[in-house]
Parts: sequence; C-alpha cells; structure tokens
Amino acid sequence: MTIMDTIKSAGFYLAVAVIVLVAVFPFYYAILTSFETGTALFEVNYVPSSLDWSNYATILNNGTFPRNVLNSLFVAATTVAFALFLAVTASYALARVRFRGRGLLLMTILAVSMFPQIAVLAGLFELIRFLNIYNTPWAMILSYTIFTLPFTVWVLTTFMRDLPLEIEEAAIVDGATPWVIITKVFLPLLWPALVTTGLLAFIGAWNEFLFALTFTSSETTRTVPVAIALLSGATQHETPWGTIMAASVLVTVPLIALVLIFQRKIVAGLTAGGVKG
Amino acid sequence: MANIELRNVRKSFGAFDVIKGIDLDIRKGEFMVFVGPSGCGKSTLLRLIAGLETITSGDLIFDGERMNNLVPSKRGIAMVFQSYALYPHMNVFDNMAFGLKLANSTPTETRKRVEKAADMLQIGHLLDRLPRQLSGGQRQRVAIGRAIVRDPRVFLFDEPLSNLDAALRVATRLEIAKLHHDMRDVTMIYVTHDQVEAMTLADRICVLRDGVVEQVGTPSELYERPNSLFVAGFIGSPKMNFLNGRLAGAHGCHTLGIRSEHIDIVDESAIWRGGVIHAEELGSDNYLFVDIGAQDPIVVRQAGKRQIPYGTKIGLRPVADHLHRFDERGTPIR
Repeated sequence: MTIMDTIKSAGFYLAVAVIVLVAVFPFYYAILTSFETGTALFEVNYVPSSLDWSNYATILNNGTFPRNVLNSLFVAATTVAFALFLAVTASYALARVRFRGRGLLLMTILAVSMFPQIAVLAGLFELIRFLNIYNTPWAMILSYTIFTLPFTVWVLTTFMRDLPLEIEEAAIVDGATPWVIITKVFLPLLWPALVTTGLLAFIGAWNEFLFALTFTSSETTRTVPVAIALLSGATQHETPWGTIMAASVLVTVPLIALVLIFQRKIVAGLTAGGVKG
Repeated sequence: MANIELRNVRKSFGAFDVIKGIDLDIRKGEFMVFVGPSGCGKSTLLRLIAGLETITSGDLIFDGERMNNLVPSKRGIAMVFQSYALYPHMNVFDNMAFGLKLANSTPTETRKRVEKAADMLQIGHLLDRLPRQLSGGQRQRVAIGRAIVRDPRVFLFDEPLSNLDAALRVATRLEIAKLHHDMRDVTMIYVTHDQVEAMTLADRICVLRDGVVEQVGTPSELYERPNSLFVAGFIGSPKMNFLNGRLAGAHGCHTLGIRSEHIDIVDESAIWRGGVIHAEELGSDNYLFVDIGAQDPIVVRQAGKRQIPYGTKIGLRPVADHLHRFDERGTPIR
C-alpha cells in the first residue's frame, strides 16, 4: 500500500520533471550559449563552462539593437492601450446595450480572428501604403490591434456580461453616464480580465514576426524579433549564435518579469472578485 | 415629497404585454406596497417609475410634472435593490457618496450628508469597510443609506428583504418602518411578493395580477373587504378557506370564503361537521385542519388550548358577518 503510494507520487513528480525540462530546457540552453564564444559554441555542455559577457556587450553596442527594443516596447504597449480601450468600450455595448444584430456582430468579430496572417498580408500592406504609415511603428500597431481585438473583445464581453446588472442600475440611479459606469464602476471590477487580455496582447505584439518583417524596411524601425533574425556575423557564412542567444535572452526577460508581476495581480483580482452582490 | 400619478401606463417587451394599463394615485408621504405573485409585473412597474425601463404608453406624473422621458437621476428617486447592488470596490463611504460626487456636491457637504445618513442607520463605524467585509444586514443598511443620502422625494424598494434570513428580515422590516416614520414627507414604494411584509409596512397596498391592478386599499380594507377571489386568497395568513359546490350553494354563492379565525368550534348549531386530520401548534395559535367534505380541509383557528385528538368529529360554525361570497367570475356578492 505504502509502496504503491510512493511509486505513484514518484511517477507524478517524474512526469512533472519531464514537463518542466521540456518547457525550460531550450531557454536554459539559450542562456548557456549566450555566455559562450568561438568554438565553445559548438561543444555540447549542460552546465555553464564559462561566464563570458562579451556577447551581451556586442549586442548592446550593436547600434540599432537598443533602438529595436524601444520600438518593440512602444509598439507592444501602444497596441495594448488601443486594444484595451476599444475592447472595453465595445464589450460594454455588446454585453449591455440591446441593439439589433448584436449576435451577428459578435460572430463577425470572431470570424476576423480566423483569417491566417498570410492571407491578409497583401491587403494589409496596401492599406498601410495607402495610410502612408509604411516603415513606421504605426503600421505594426494597426495590424496587431486588428488581430488582437477579436480575442480581447470576446473575453471582456463574457466578463462584462457576468457583472451584476443591478450594480449598473444602481449607478444609473446615482446619475452615472455610460462613460462613468465603464470607467468608475466596471473598470475596477474588470481588472483581472484586463490584465490577462492585456498581457496576452502584449506578448503577441512583442513576438510577432511576419508583419514586422513586411511593414518595415530600415534597421531603426524594426522590432526585436526581426532585428534578431537579421543579425549577421562577420562574414556572410557565419551565423552569430552567441549574440543571437544573448539578444533572445534579453528580450525574453521583460516578458517573464511581466508575467511574474501580473500573475500575482491576476490571482489577487480573482479572489477579490468573489463578492456576492 | 411627491404625489405620484400613473395614467393608463403600459409596458410591452416586444409582443408581450407586461403592464396592461395601470391607473394609480400614490399620495405624498405614503408607504405604498406593490404585492402580487411572481410574474405579475410589480417589479416592472417599479422600474418604470424609477426610469430603468421606458414606458410604452401612458403617463407617469410626479407632482404634476410628466416624468416619462426623464433619466432616473433627474426624477428625484432613490432605489434599494434586492441584491443590495453595492459597488464592490468602493468602501461604504464612497458607496454612499458616489451619487453626490456625480452631482458635483462639495466634499464637506458630501461628508455631512453621508455621516448623517450613517448615524441614522447606525453604520457610522463601518464607513471604511468594503462591502465584502459586511454581513448581509449591514449591506442592506448601506444600500438604504445610499438611498437616503440622495435625499429623494420618492424611495423605491425592490424586494429588499428577500436575501436576508428570517430573523434579520423582521429586524430590517422594523428599520424600514422606522425610516418611514422619520421621513414623513418622502413617498415610499415597496415591492414584495410576501403579503406579511405588505400588511405590516403599508399605508396602502396595491395588489397586482397579470399586469393589472386587482385592488388598492389599506391593509385592513384588503383583509376585510377583498374585491375579488384573488385578493381574498392572496392576503392573509393562513390563506382564506374557500368552499365550492354544495357547501357554497347553501349560502347562495359560487365560492364561499371564510378566514380561519372566523370559525367557531361548537357542539350544537354546527353548520359543518368533520374530523380533525391535522393540527399545527404555533405557540400562540393552534390551527386545526378539518375535513368537512370539501376539496381541501378547512383551517380553523382554535381559541383555547384544548387538545383535540386526531380523528375527533367536531362541529363548526362560521361567523355570519365575516362570510365572503363570490360569484363564478370571482367578484364578491355583497
């Protein structure tokens, strides 16, 4: 009996270990590689053999890389801001205002998210040329917002529908306009959903490659994923693995930090939401 | 502070008529209770008065002024909701002050009014708490406080006690009655499905059924002179006894109604006879269920505390002055 229990829990932790290993190992190996130079790059090792910061120095003095990071930050943050603003106002209407064709509109919004990026790439490119925002951050902000909105709107609409109707009516009796209801009453209650959707939108915008590659042409407007992919070595035939890995680690750390910070907020928000009435 | 008039007020949701033409006068400072079974439209009627639903046709008039198209906050109303509807992220003070802040009241004025209302309801020590840190009864008081702070001319209650447990319900009922005594010139409208709440709180009761007014009157008018079979059966606990067929025919009507306290247990001169099949002892009262051959057993309030064993045949005699006779359509024969 006890032996069976021991085997069971051993098996459980073994499975956990395997999952963690598979999930974390690539990133761990990237960190290892980022500290290596020269031929050490091509020797297989699983523990750090040297602590060489030169790859980081190279990438940070690369000239455009810090600029690329700032571009990415700006694009992702602005995308989140736009997406959340539009999604909150839209979801209030979709969840709380009765109008003809509401169900159809919701389905249409969902349908937008079904198009593969590559299918709309050409059309979007034309649009961006027409708007005269090619090779600017706005090209990416526009396209990311378009692709993030359906998900954000859906999540917030479902969330908003679950907020008690009587709270809204109490606010109406208190003299609140829809704008006041959204900002003063609903937003504080929507925090958990906002953090979750905002974070996902941020990660999506931060990682996106195809649009960023297509809609930029100069090194100074590129975002980080494109910049990393286009890093070149001393000669055409050399791939600078060390610097690529250092850059990858640098751009992953902010994401991990964000998730860790907001994870607490998400949990706190969810438990605070357990208010009856 | 308002006279409320409803003139042929109607409300439909699509093809479905909920309120089918209501005419009603509610006097200044009156405590009016809307009562009726679920789905009778009483909550909808309250929401029409509040302005949370639009009136399909007819007029809603406060002090001679037509209110149909005014937003709720401009009508001078305050509303207490069934689920309290407090803002969960605001403390008690902010909950009560929210409306004043939106109306651009000064901070000193706001504080003064909130504290006055909080003192009235004895929730002054809770002002810094969040709603989730309060008990159900405290939450309901905060909700009432939020309404008082608005200094309304009409106070609307939408089943405010139905989320409270039995003991708290009685206590809060008393609070609301006191509130009505303290705020003599504020008109109060109260919706409930509980006829005991209606009887104990109301100056006048409006009984609704299927979107129309069945009867309006003081609790005792409704109790003693119900205008229809429905009102007779709805008002009063235990429910009025109804006899049909031969037993009613003997009194020249289709349905005969008699309340449990208007039946005497007699040995001679009995009109009905039957066996005791069940007894409910409530301490102060004893209710006997007697099978006299009618559809349902007749309920009799027993005056003394005389134990009557089950199955005993007893004789019953209704008090002649308190017989309610109804014809086939349920209208009273007087």
